[in-house]
Amino acid sequence: MMRSLWISKTGMEAQQTQLDHISNNLANTATNGYKKSHAVFEDLMYQNLRQAGANSSEQTTLPTGLQVGLGTRAVATSRSFTQGNLQQSSNSLDVAVRGNGFFEVQMPDGTPGYTRDGSFQVNAQGQLVTNNGFTVQPGITIPSNAQSVTIGADGTVSVALPGQATPQTVGQLTLASFVNPAGLEPKGQNLYTETAASGTPTAGTPGQNGLGALQQGFVETSNVNVVEELVGMIQTQRAYELNSKAIQTSDQMLQRLAQL
Amino acid sequence: MDRMIYLSMSGAKAMMQRQDTLANNLANVSTPGFRAELQAFRAVPVQGSGASTRVYALETTPGYDNTPGVISNTGRNLDVAVKGNSWLSVQALDGTEAYTRGGALDISADGTLVTRSGLPVMGDGGPIQIPANSEVSIAADGTLSAKNAATGKNTAVGKLKLVTPEVPLDRGEDGLFRAPEGDLAADPTARVQDGALEGSNVSAVETMVSMITAARQFEAQMKMLQTAEGDEKAAAQLLSLS
Repeated sequence: MMRSLWISKTGMEAQQTQLDHISNNLANTATNGYKKSHAVFEDLMYQNLRQAGANSSEQTTLPTGLQVGLGTRAVATSRSFTQGNLQQSSNSLDVAVRGNGFFEVQMPDGTPGYTRDGSFQVNAQGQLVTNNGFTVQPGITIPSNAQSVTIGADGTVSVALPGQATPQTVGQLTLASFVNPAGLEPKGQNLYTETAASGTPTAGTPGQNGLGALQQGFVETSNVNVVEELVGMIQTQRAYELNSKAIQTSDQMLQRLAQL
Repeated sequence: MDRMIYLSMSGAKAMMQRQDTLANNLANVSTPGFRAELQAFRAVPVQGSGASTRVYALETTPGYDNTPGVISNTGRNLDVAVKGNSWLSVQALDGTEAYTRGGALDISADGTLVTRSGLPVMGDGGPIQIPANSEVSIAADGTLSAKNAATGKNTAVGKLKLVTPEVPLDRGEDGLFRAPEGDLAADPTARVQDGALEGSNVSAVETMVSMITAARQFEAQMKMLQTAEGDEKAAAQLLSLS
């Protein structure tokens, strides 16, 4: 049967994948610390139906061949780790990272997870946890009688205790950075895990060694640009339509052939 | 038997093959750096005794469209759009040097600068290694500098090998391009734009119009096939004894 039917099918599939990414980005416009992602395409292999330069007779060679590409495919998901907007929340346990770096949390199975979402809470034991209840690493316990919590730009967590003039330091938040953050595996719940492509994490003090500084009372919103997504959606829809039109045309040709 | 039916058949077959290449161009309408495949029909006269009246049609792909695609800003530090007629060099799976316009780059786990499909990007002296914990920026002439996260100092880690071919490149079966006469030398005057990506240079309008043309021409061939059949039928009737 005609190759073009299957070639156009790959085109439609690719655009569908792109639309999946766009919808996911739009759905997460209001998710703290969310990083937008898009599908990246590449052309599939080519078939040389007739090789250029092959002999067409004993003395002559073909000046041009016939090469048919077999369509396209989504080759990678490109996640963009640009800074999201910092939004003031006035909550003393909300911390945003200005620049590079991820907070490390301990997932229920004991393995480390990494997140940009710094809207923390305190659990029943006084530990600093994420909204999902996963403890922030290194563990920080806020005394139950603490009057206020202050988190410095370098991650120092100090509390004011009743009857004490000087605040008491209860811990230090660290950030982890990766050589290739785009290689991190998204786990949902605003978490990422390390992969072979991301490289191993390097933990450090916020504000030093290229790591971003912390900002208390702010949350980092998602870095989704709604206008960009809508333009992308229009483009995706039209490309999908064009490919479906190609299928239709091929179908009409075959129909005409069958009518002979 | 009238040979006309074979002539129409060759025309219809060529139209179907044209439809295949057009469909491939359309399928890659959003592939970064994609180069549209050009199509041309070639006349193949049948030589033989007597007057040579028969000419078959043959579909060929004489090369690729070299007009630049639309450049869109992505803001990603590892995206480069190559300006003018220059190409990025990569190391293909078989170890040879190949060229591409798709400038969405990445850093692999071992710190090598790679394309999205994982092929190492060639610098002036082979694949480029990016030191761990550093932020990469790409200058207009392709020089890569890595800003060390610890010291904040920039060090040059290599230069993208950009080539400007004088003759058209050949597209390989892996979709990468190669120079017909060996590897090309780096062109110091080639320029890139960082934070931007070149889209596909497929013109949707042109491709759709070509597709309509191909479909209509295919219909004309079908009509000719029917005519040939009708002629044959009439001839057979003349010869019948009843």
